[in-house]
Amino acid sequence: MAKQKLKEHRINREWCKGCEICVEFCPKNVLAIDKQGKVVALRPEDCIICKMCEQRCPDLAIEIITE
Amino acid sequence: MAVKDFIRERFFPHLWCPGCGHGIVMNNMIRAIEKLGVSKNDIVMVSGIGCSSRITGYLDFHTLHTIHGRALAFATGVKMSRPELNVIIPMGDGDALSIGGNHFIHAARRNIDITAIVMNNRIYGMTGGQYSPLSGFGINATTAPYTSIDNDFDVVKLSIAAGASFVARTTTYHVKQMADIIAQAILHKGFSVVEIMSQCPTYFGRKNKQGNAVEMINSYRINTTPKGSKAKKENPSLIERGIFIQEERAEYCKEYDKIIQRATKGNK
Repeated sequence: MAKQKLKEHRINREWCKGCEICVEFCPKNVLAIDKQGKVVALRPEDCIICKMCEQRCPDLAIEIITE
Repeated sequence: MAVKDFIRERFFPHLWCPGCGHGIVMNNMIRAIEKLGVSKNDIVMVSGIGCSSRITGYLDFHTLHTIHGRALAFATGVKMSRPELNVIIPMGDGDALSIGGNHFIHAARRNIDITAIVMNNRIYGMTGGQYSPLSGFGINATTAPYTSIDNDFDVVKLSIAAGASFVARTTTYHVKQMADIIAQAILHKGFSVVEIMSQCPTYFGRKNKQGNAVEMINSYRINTTPKGSKAKKENPSLIERGIFIQEERAEYCKEYDKIIQRATKGNK
């Protein structure tokens, strides 16, 4: 399987409730909570596409899009 | 298919609190079904009442939102009339084992091919944090301000003793295991019980000073261990997770078909 390349962290700001589960369990510290209490991808270049944020999000608000 | 193809987007964002474990269970239930490649039309989801039971509203299968504790009774009816469908029942700990305790043990005893997902947050969240049959001794709840003196059920032992032929336990920290176990439980022909330890930061976490959703999920990582591990022998207070029983046994609908054949023999 070829290595996947990250395109974007697609975040649904309407659905995100800012519970910080994705932020805390990201192994590479890619995500953060912004001033509005919603998640943002602060360091997308560090993402290793493990998709744990996607799989642990209780609100189905984050999706990893690959090329 | 993507996750969004399995949900009813018009009801989102859902009403569960920030960090609620039930969302994580729903997320991985979708992933398990996606992995199995079962058609949406071949799945029936039946639920009772409670936070967890709201799941049927959010997912785009055939869904029935029924009465408190009686989801298994409705599901038994669905399964017996349409045995070719996959019947999945998301239920809370109180819904499954208190209000629906009798339905639960008898569905297990019959070994009918239904998948029961017990989302165990150890409290009645929807009604304001009353203690449930899975809260356990020494737990604070709205109805136990000086801590509960009731012991809790062990869902795994109870289900095995009642006759379920597939019994597993996992948590909202172990998401890959959760998706995998749910998929196996759906494939299993017989009564399957999956207990998923799921955090309720709003009531259980706050009342028992267990911190926010992140800290509660972390406690599942620390306080659980794979079934039969060395760590369990050294520290018996750890909670085991994994598949505890997986056996092929006579299934209720198949046995019922045989009865129909026997009864109608010679009646042509």
